[in-house]
Amino acid sequence: MAKKGEIKLLGTPASHFVNRVQIGLNLKCIDYEFISENLGCKSDLLLKSNPVHQRVPVLLHANEPPLIESLLIIEYIDEIFPDVHPILPRAPSVRAHNRTWAYFIDTQFFPLFEDLRQSPDKKGEEEAKIQIREAAKLLERVFVECSDGKAYFGGDNIGYLDIALGCFLGWITFSETLNNYKVFDETISPRLVEWAKKMRSHEAVKNALPSHDALLKHYSMIQYIKPPRTA
Amino acid sequence: MGEVKLFRTWSSPFALRVVWALKLKGVEYETIYEDLANKSSSLLEYNPVHKKVPVLLHNGIPICESLVILEYIDETWNEGVRFLPKDPLARATARFWAKFNDEQVFPSFFRYFMRQGEDQEKAKEKVLENLKFVEEHLKGKKFFDGEVFGFLDLVFGWLVCYPGVINKAINLKLLDEQMFPNLCTWMEQFGDVPVIKETWPDEEALIHKFHKMREGLGIYIYTKLRYEAS
Repeated sequence: MAKKGEIKLLGTPASHFVNRVQIGLNLKCIDYEFISENLGCKSDLLLKSNPVHQRVPVLLHANEPPLIESLLIIEYIDEIFPDVHPILPRAPSVRAHNRTWAYFIDTQFFPLFEDLRQSPDKKGEEEAKIQIREAAKLLERVFVECSDGKAYFGGDNIGYLDIALGCFLGWITFSETLNNYKVFDETISPRLVEWAKKMRSHEAVKNALPSHDALLKHYSMIQYIKPPRTA
Repeated sequence: MGEVKLFRTWSSPFALRVVWALKLKGVEYETIYEDLANKSSSLLEYNPVHKKVPVLLHNGIPICESLVILEYIDETWNEGVRFLPKDPLARATARFWAKFNDEQVFPSFFRYFMRQGEDQEKAKEKVLENLKFVEEHLKGKKFFDGEVFGFLDLVFGWLVCYPGVINKAINLKLLDEQMFPNLCTWMEQFGDVPVIKETWPDEEALIHKFHKMREGLGIYIYTKLRYEAS
């Protein structure tokens, strides 16, 4: 197991990609030091650790070179700490399926919320919400297929896809409150409604999801830097 | 090890990396060529969400996304040559650079190819900036993974052929030896690997295709990219 102080995580509390890594580290019972980054004034450590993208999360493990990209960090910690709470499934075809859907979550699902935020008018907002609910319907099908009747995408325990999607639950609640809609609801995604409740109450997840204040602060910053499109 | 089919287009560099992987592992497979303007019902069944190629079908189970397919092939046919390094840190690093290629390098190259005038010049700056990172990553190494080629060489392998063919098609040079000595040396060495050398699409057909794409004729849907209209 990692010694105390051996693992450091550069991040911001409101980044769901950072929260993703935090959930993974929590599940593996790994002690880590969280180094909070100010994305408006990035530290030399961040710029040196991730010169290509200059973004969080970055995982620093002892004297090893920095690790970047949240899903890759999850795979890394799963490989170096295989005995505690395995995250990725064993069978290659199931692993491939998980990776494909994590890619979908990152490249197709999450951006829909940015589309909603940037919508110039009510019509744009409603269209974005429709897209989100369609994607939620698809994720419900994936959940039913993966969970095989159990509580999580990973089955009895939180797995890779639970982490890939679950890191965003803070932002989902925030978006729902702000825009007066439901991402997962009883009519189109009842299993995901239950899943979200279980995830939010799980120790490894609830301690990683950001507070409402952190989300609001981050949201306000984004609204300022990248305001909604004009109609 | 079961029946293997590969749904692909004849020209896609993403399909080629899967072809290389299967051939290097000695896996027998059937190729089904897709016309992206008229996708088969099989493709729509096996990749209903994205409707993209390549798709690998192994014993009836579809695997989508070329990087996912490469890892699947490496994990499933796991005796003999392995593509990904054993060390977890090296694996994470390789995966990062693969993602960088697919999300940054290749799309920026495609934009450079498809734009004109001032837009093309701006696009060129971006692709050169991306390639400089790759050049630096190759420093002191024969292949991306060291002395022996592996996962990342398959991922970046498109660089050996496509920029050169595009240059022949529309006189658009990108990689020169002074700016990218490591990349150019690697291109020669990786390009010399028999499996790589023997599987490039027909050059004349590629040149014709690139002309068509630039002229905006024909229907070409590049399903990998969310190409922004200029």
